[in-house]
Amino acid sequence: MIWAMFGEAWAAMGANRLRTFLTMLGMVIGVGAVILMLAVGQGAQQQVQASIASMGSNLFIILSGSVTSGGVRMGGGATPTLTLLDAQAIEELPSVAAVAPSSPGTAQMVYGPNNWSTQVIGTTPSFLTVRDWRLEEGFPFTDSDIRSATRVALLGRTVAQNLFGDEDPVGKTIRIKNGPYVVLGVLAGKGQSLDGRDQDDTVIVPVTTAQRKLFGSQFVGTVRFIMVQAESAEAMPAVEKSMNELLRQRHRIRDGADSDFTVRNLTAVANTAAETAEVMSLMLGAIASVSLLVGGIGIMNIMLVSVTERTREIGIRMAIGACGRDILLQFLLEAIIISVIGCLIGVGLGVGGALIVNKASGMSVVITIGSIVMSFVVAATVGIFFGWYPARKAAGMKPIDALRYQ
Amino acid sequence: MAEEVILIERLYKEYLTDAGPVPVLKGVQMSVSSGEFLAIMGPSGSGKSTFMNILGCLDVATSGSYLLNGRDVGSLDRDELARLRNQVIGFVFQGFNLLPRASIEDNVALPLIYRGTPRAERLQLANEMLAKVGLASHRNSRPNQISGGQQQRVAIARALVNRPQLILADEPTGNLDTATSKEIMALFAELNARDGITIVLVTHESDIAVYAQRLVRLADGRIVYDGPLANAAATHLESTV
Repeated sequence: MIWAMFGEAWAAMGANRLRTFLTMLGMVIGVGAVILMLAVGQGAQQQVQASIASMGSNLFIILSGSVTSGGVRMGGGATPTLTLLDAQAIEELPSVAAVAPSSPGTAQMVYGPNNWSTQVIGTTPSFLTVRDWRLEEGFPFTDSDIRSATRVALLGRTVAQNLFGDEDPVGKTIRIKNGPYVVLGVLAGKGQSLDGRDQDDTVIVPVTTAQRKLFGSQFVGTVRFIMVQAESAEAMPAVEKSMNELLRQRHRIRDGADSDFTVRNLTAVANTAAETAEVMSLMLGAIASVSLLVGGIGIMNIMLVSVTERTREIGIRMAIGACGRDILLQFLLEAIIISVIGCLIGVGLGVGGALIVNKASGMSVVITIGSIVMSFVVAATVGIFFGWYPARKAAGMKPIDALRYQ
Repeated sequence: MAEEVILIERLYKEYLTDAGPVPVLKGVQMSVSSGEFLAIMGPSGSGKSTFMNILGCLDVATSGSYLLNGRDVGSLDRDELARLRNQVIGFVFQGFNLLPRASIEDNVALPLIYRGTPRAERLQLANEMLAKVGLASHRNSRPNQISGGQQQRVAIARALVNRPQLILADEPTGNLDTATSKEIMALFAELNARDGITIVLVTHESDIAVYAQRLVRLADGRIVYDGPLANAAATHLESTV
């Protein structure tokens, strides 16, 4: 029975191909737009999330702050106030997973005929934990390297490529500011940071080496910043509070006076970026859904015209024994077939469009099964919803009135 | 033979218009036995089309009773009426009323869809009926590719496909020329004589009505004559001379 009605609906659609096609087009564009917009939106979201993941999770950065001396405020970072001992004290606090005191600087390095200038970060082995940074080859330096300030280095990928090309850097000796350093390992690629810098253009050395042998330091034992990783996102507010208290105590800052350091929650900043991307993705989807709705209204419009135009046909069908349900089913099936086929073509166009966008602009796109299934469900629902009223209208006709309709 | 297919008592029908109710049928009484060939005649406005629509369960009476095959039509709902139209009655209309976009074969098979017959059986039955009306070779044509007389034969095949007890033909020759009309009427007479199908025919042409055995003449919503055709022909001739 349902197959016979399916055949009748199909035949009716084939009888007016241009109209069927135009009706379908509304659906095609609607579904295509939703899929494309979701793909682009989720692509952007994924990019932001990848950047965040490359930064490390549950992160704080403590920066040297303004020192006030005799009423003169010196501005942030002017004087290094944080020390390695501060870092060690923070490590003792509850819920702190890892602490990485860091002293960055810039230096020229040479290997064979190649030379390259880059950022050198003096830090501890836990820096790799905090930043969630793996080694592609080799092995990291250890606490004993920190204690004896050995001349060893880990190279970022960009640096390794520029100095060594295809050669294997591990075990080779490079010169940084004319001192010889043994390359222990090469860091895995991290790509761009949120602000667009190449994170792989970095060399990591032990913090003591950086302070004593590479850059020297006005104030021995001080560092420019300390990165702190909390054990969990939930623990972050408590860790922030206890770090503030601890450092104020250690730096002997009176109640009411400004701190000489700043604690920043990097994860909060990153989450804001992620939320922005998510909102954008939702908005794109919502705007595209409007076109889906318009497509659905198009179906209803055409179905209403079609019911009026085919009143006589409905009358004939009723006269030879079609009951209301048969007529309802036929018109409803027509609407559903139009929306489902439109949806299939729309999925094809949306996926194709997303791939073209990806090829043409390099924008990352993510096509999920979820978004395809969602468009399908929405399209079928729209078909039923907007097909229902015209189908009801057709089914409710009196046979004699429908048959007499001119 | 004595079994009554149609039994109508005190049938009234009013149409509601802006000017108030307009009575069209004013207490019609009629019974039709199985196997009869009946012609209903009457001038325009006599109510014969309305009567036919009620007989065909396309319209319902305002009051009075209509038993079709012993079932009280007035008490049936829309779906049950549809089933009656599908299985007990076969319609033949003046304007043929074929679906223009469907093939001849599909047109004939259409009533079987609503009966839930499987496709293979539908097509087989449709082709049997087409053979019966002499159009087996045209099964893949469209209605607009064949002549009016052939279209009416298709409509008759469609009316026959569910093996109804009763065929209702509303001015079946109204759109056809004289020669074709005779062929169509000969087909009806054959169906009545050979297959014993009860036929009720509405016409305003007396040379069409002569194919029937019994005549019912309507005037102003009432039956003014009900009897054998021979006498009626005489009275008809008198009235027209």
